[in-house]
Amino acid sequence: MKINVPHVAKLANLALTSAETKKFEKQLEETINYVDSLNEIKTKGIEPTSQVTGLENVLREDIAGSERILSQEEALSNTKSTENGLFKIKGILNEE
Amino acid sequence: MANIYINKLTLKSSIEGLRRKEFSSLELIKSCLKQIEKTEGKINAFVTICKKETLEQAKEADKKIKDGIDLPLLGIPIAVKDNFSTKGIRTTASSRVLDNYIPPFDSTVVAKLYKAGAIILGKTNMDAWAHGSSTETSDYGATKNPWNIKHLPGGSSGGSAAAVAADECIAAIGSETAGSIRQPASWCGVVGLKPTYGRVSRYGVIAMGSSLDSPGPITKTVEDGAIILEVIAGKDPYDATTSPKSVENYSLKITKNLKGLKIGISREYFIKGIDKEVEESVKQAIKKLEKAGAEIVDIKLMDPQYSVDVYTIIQRSEVSSNLARYDGIRFGKDRTEFGEEAKRRIMFGTYALSSGYYDQYYNKASKVRTLIIKDFERAFEKVDVLIAPTSPSLALPVGSTKGAAMFGEIADILVEPSSIAGLAGVNIPIGLSKSRLPIGMQIIGPQFSESLVLSVAREYEQLTQNENWRKEEPNL
Repeated sequence: MKINVPHVAKLANLALTSAETKKFEKQLEETINYVDSLNEIKTKGIEPTSQVTGLENVLREDIAGSERILSQEEALSNTKSTENGLFKIKGILNEE
Repeated sequence: MANIYINKLTLKSSIEGLRRKEFSSLELIKSCLKQIEKTEGKINAFVTICKKETLEQAKEADKKIKDGIDLPLLGIPIAVKDNFSTKGIRTTASSRVLDNYIPPFDSTVVAKLYKAGAIILGKTNMDAWAHGSSTETSDYGATKNPWNIKHLPGGSSGGSAAAVAADECIAAIGSETAGSIRQPASWCGVVGLKPTYGRVSRYGVIAMGSSLDSPGPITKTVEDGAIILEVIAGKDPYDATTSPKSVENYSLKITKNLKGLKIGISREYFIKGIDKEVEESVKQAIKKLEKAGAEIVDIKLMDPQYSVDVYTIIQRSEVSSNLARYDGIRFGKDRTEFGEEAKRRIMFGTYALSSGYYDQYYNKASKVRTLIIKDFERAFEKVDVLIAPTSPSLALPVGSTKGAAMFGEIADILVEPSSIAGLAGVNIPIGLSKSRLPIGMQIIGPQFSESLVLSVAREYEQLTQNENWRKEEPNL
């Protein structure tokens, strides 16, 4: 079962070196083979579990309470790439 | 008592000592800092030590104590795993990606500790992003086991477990996705409680597997763990998966008469290749509980091997999603700074969730998850708690994880089933091996059975309080 590592790396937004790609190809294959034993368990008619609490519809009022808000300064505090109180990022739509 | 050794006190004794004014919070903090000075170079349990802040906070705590203010953890130095956001204090999850990250908010657990008067001594080392069972994948160097620094402390809460075992702090906070509290507690010879999923808020904890992550205490005694659980448990409006069930007085409820208690033992958990000393010790421990009045019941549980498969798929899938936010834009460094283990897990998770594979992997694992939950429900119709070894091995030597494709998931085989089902589980130390490495045993109960699980643990602690190994301590 050969994984298309470059494809998965692209989905995962990870830039891998060719050495890493080779290494991960082998290790991911090892892991996939390992978890293959799961197919020994019959799950026909079994519902999947996404969370174990059994809680449903945990809601709150749609109010922006002051205690849950970061100030603009706080929100920007962990990056140097800011401009006019906004996060500055690489251009996506470039004028050609 | 000699003031210089007050760092060796339990949480309960520290609280009493401060209340009776036998020593001050400042003296307690200084004692811990002195120990840190002595042992940190050897064990590397901390990523950040808040020396200046803690001395100031200790003076404030002493003022409050003088004024007669009574808070559950007033003046007590607690070490916190570095995946808990601490406002103004660097939080790295032991990854270079967050090397320079300073959270602008406190995690709920930390906020509750502060509200209870606790002093955060520092942030402890862990496997980077909590991906591991050794603390060897930390980008800040491995933590070493205080009992033998050529061995690992376990993980991912290895720093917290080591700091407690080395008496560098009075108690610590860890988190468990599958094994990350119980296993390092086992390898370091301390008590580690994994509360029921949803008992303690995950808000502000750097997420690993959101359907599994469970913050919890790592302490010197069972009673200490109960005291901390009382402080950190409870419904949190910032974490919709927290339970509305009221928080019990765990520290008051931990006495139990074992007569009639049904303890389930599953042969499936004494796996092939288990360390013989671990197996023998756990079997002896079970006999002691039987002698004290408990009824030992043979229970057949699903082979834990399948839990490794389920956990590997579900956890790595959730990891791939949770780590997508680290793009170096709003905080942290970019994704090239991820370590090998993180990249490996992100890749596998992405694969398991990708189009064409989702059904075969994530969906299938989620269905088997349902079966594992039902398996435990059936077991708990027949018994009150389950007991098993926590780890199939003793603390492994430094270097054991190098080159492994899935070290953590395989090492945690005995704790993954109960984590997948979101149950409550505690590790207690039950002895030392011939090589002077700690041996641990776990007690597992149904969801929200912390009182029961802690009482059984405490009863065992009391029954064995005069055993010789309890007089030993790490030679650091």
